[in-house]
Amino acid sequence: MRHILAVLVENNPGVLTRVAGLFSRRGYNIDSLTVGRTENQNISRMTIVVEGDDLVLEQVTKQLHKLIDVIKINDITSEQYVDRELVLVKVGADAAVRGEIMQIVDIFRARIVDIGQRTLIIECTGDEGKINAVIESLKSFGIKELVRTGKIAMLRGQKFTSLNETREDD
Amino acid sequence: MKMTAAQALVKCLQDQGVDVVFGYPGGNIIPVYDALCTSSEIKHILVRHEQGAVHAADGYARVTGKVGVCIATSGPGATNLVTGIANAYMDSIPLVVITGQVPTTMVGTDAFQEVDITGITIPITKHNYLVRDANKIPLIVKRAFHIASTGRPGPVLIDLPKNVLQQEINFSNPTDLKLLGYKPTCKGHKSQIAAACDLIMKAKQPLIYAGGGIITANGSDVLCTLAEKISAPVACTLMGLGGFPGCHDLSLGMLGLHGTRYANNAVMECDVLIALGVRFDDRVAVDFSSFAPKAKIIHVDIDPAEIGKNVKVDIPIVGDVKQVMEAMLARLDEKNEDEWLAQTKAWKSQYPLKYEPSTGLKPQFIVETIREITDGEAVIVTDVGQHQMWAAQYYRSKKPRTFISSGGLGTMGYGLPAAVGAQVGAPDRDVILITGDGSFQMCMQEFGTAVEQGLPVKVVILNNGSLGMVRQLQEFYCDRRYMAVNFSKNPDFVKFAGVYDSLGLRVTEPGQFRGALEQALKGEGPVIIDCVIDPDENVYPMVLAGQPLSQPVDI
Repeated sequence: MRHILAVLVENNPGVLTRVAGLFSRRGYNIDSLTVGRTENQNISRMTIVVEGDDLVLEQVTKQLHKLIDVIKINDITSEQYVDRELVLVKVGADAAVRGEIMQIVDIFRARIVDIGQRTLIIECTGDEGKINAVIESLKSFGIKELVRTGKIAMLRGQKFTSLNETREDD
Repeated sequence: MKMTAAQALVKCLQDQGVDVVFGYPGGNIIPVYDALCTSSEIKHILVRHEQGAVHAADGYARVTGKVGVCIATSGPGATNLVTGIANAYMDSIPLVVITGQVPTTMVGTDAFQEVDITGITIPITKHNYLVRDANKIPLIVKRAFHIASTGRPGPVLIDLPKNVLQQEINFSNPTDLKLLGYKPTCKGHKSQIAAACDLIMKAKQPLIYAGGGIITANGSDVLCTLAEKISAPVACTLMGLGGFPGCHDLSLGMLGLHGTRYANNAVMECDVLIALGVRFDDRVAVDFSSFAPKAKIIHVDIDPAEIGKNVKVDIPIVGDVKQVMEAMLARLDEKNEDEWLAQTKAWKSQYPLKYEPSTGLKPQFIVETIREITDGEAVIVTDVGQHQMWAAQYYRSKKPRTFISSGGLGTMGYGLPAAVGAQVGAPDRDVILITGDGSFQMCMQEFGTAVEQGLPVKVVILNNGSLGMVRQLQEFYCDRRYMAVNFSKNPDFVKFAGVYDSLGLRVTEPGQFRGALEQALKGEGPVIIDCVIDPDENVYPMVLAGQPLSQPVDI
């Protein structure tokens, strides 16, 4: 099963290496990992999508906790959350097919962010399903280049993954 | 107060109570040595190889319970520490490892003697720091000692670029130690402890499985009280030896792959297994699926990641093992399971540790004689291999911090430098290194350190002219196809002692050993006793891979 972990870490040099290294040396499978600063400039937040059964996840979480730079880990998989990915797709787009592509872009509420002589760059955000669908729809035009961010996620409503919510006995 | 960062480092070490460091200088760490020059509080022990420094700091830490400190320069100095750091990490030994680094302006340029030691040691340190801001040194040193010595201890490395060390700073004592992501749980969960106690009170065949955590937590006395109160026999891991008196009625000695048959039978038959400060290592369990098959398992450890890692447990308790035992004692009533104790006693007399009596010199006999002469009171340091197992089986250490051995990593070459460190930490005790001819030759240059420092380490080499443990493995698993296990040329270890103007003795007959050891223990300097033992001797019992603990190969 795939789990989504929201992880708060100290914004120290090398923290990404520590986390990524832990996954590789202990043989855990990362689907995606995104990282960026939070509202607190000393704290970064990672969203890690990891594949594994409950036993593996328990170990992943515990081993992550052993890293001094890791402050908080929240497995939000079974909670209500919003998740998003961003994708940029460069597709082959001769004049003849541009209209069709623009229709697809409309349907997915995506955007065209660059027009070249024979190409378009399309930007799309959404959950994983939507991103996969938009990529699938654009395939027939010839995808020249594709880059996607990996998932970021946040709990809905009154639940938080933040420092203030870190329980003292955590 | 204005001073250089290197001086600040030395001051911080002094403030931490460090009175000895083990090290080896070099270009980029020179500022630290310059600062050490003027420190009257810190003694520096110059080793012969950086691996010696880190193992010595490790041995020192194990004997004293304090944080061991070692220093090396950048590049090869730092990489030479790697094995020792990994060794300390596997055995949860608190170390602060200080390395020099090329100046920050050159970091990342493949400069002379540059290596990314923080990158290299991420998997084998509890934490590490590359210091770029000289002003942070006081804070980082304080944190490093805190991290190394609390929770599940381990090595912390501080990498110091030369220009950072030379920078002048305004020293002020750090007050804010707070680490957002580091709060070890020491007090066990109340209801879990209650559940564990209920289970123990109901147990008919309880067994305590005690490990290095007992020693780390200084919990030996409490363990003794606990075992006696519930009359549970105690089986120790290699790391736990000395954590429970080896001569105690309830002691079953060591369990596991080369454990005693009575300890292993007890594991197979117990109905409640009380695992204290252990990690269900593969050398203990051998086959995870058949480990303690009839038992409900209570697992107490300070590292949550060790709970449920290898073996599923019924009552996990995260906490300091001493505090948890004390909480348990407050809840437990005295109990006595006579039938079970009679059973374990019967196993003891039915399946004692044994070896073929012979006219030849047997390694087990040597360890037994050491035990007899020292009354189990010496600090025993071992290397890794057959001799290590014989020492573990036959010495029956009485007290914590007196059996010093490389457990998790199994580092040949650990023994001699660790013995050097142990002797520094316990100057008034007999420190005896039991080693093999293979292990000894991996770090024998440190004999020079012992001689130079006047450290009276007694080295007993169980010399079978081969890599006995590997040979034993090839005997069992490779159909006796022996490959690369015999030394056709070993140095003359007696002469080797001689070239350092030290005493060397050779023992070839059983009758000679007692006199040799007594002579060695009387002397004030280090001594090597080269014991030429039966080369075909194996370590028994031995549980073969995939077999349950109850079915070892034995003589």
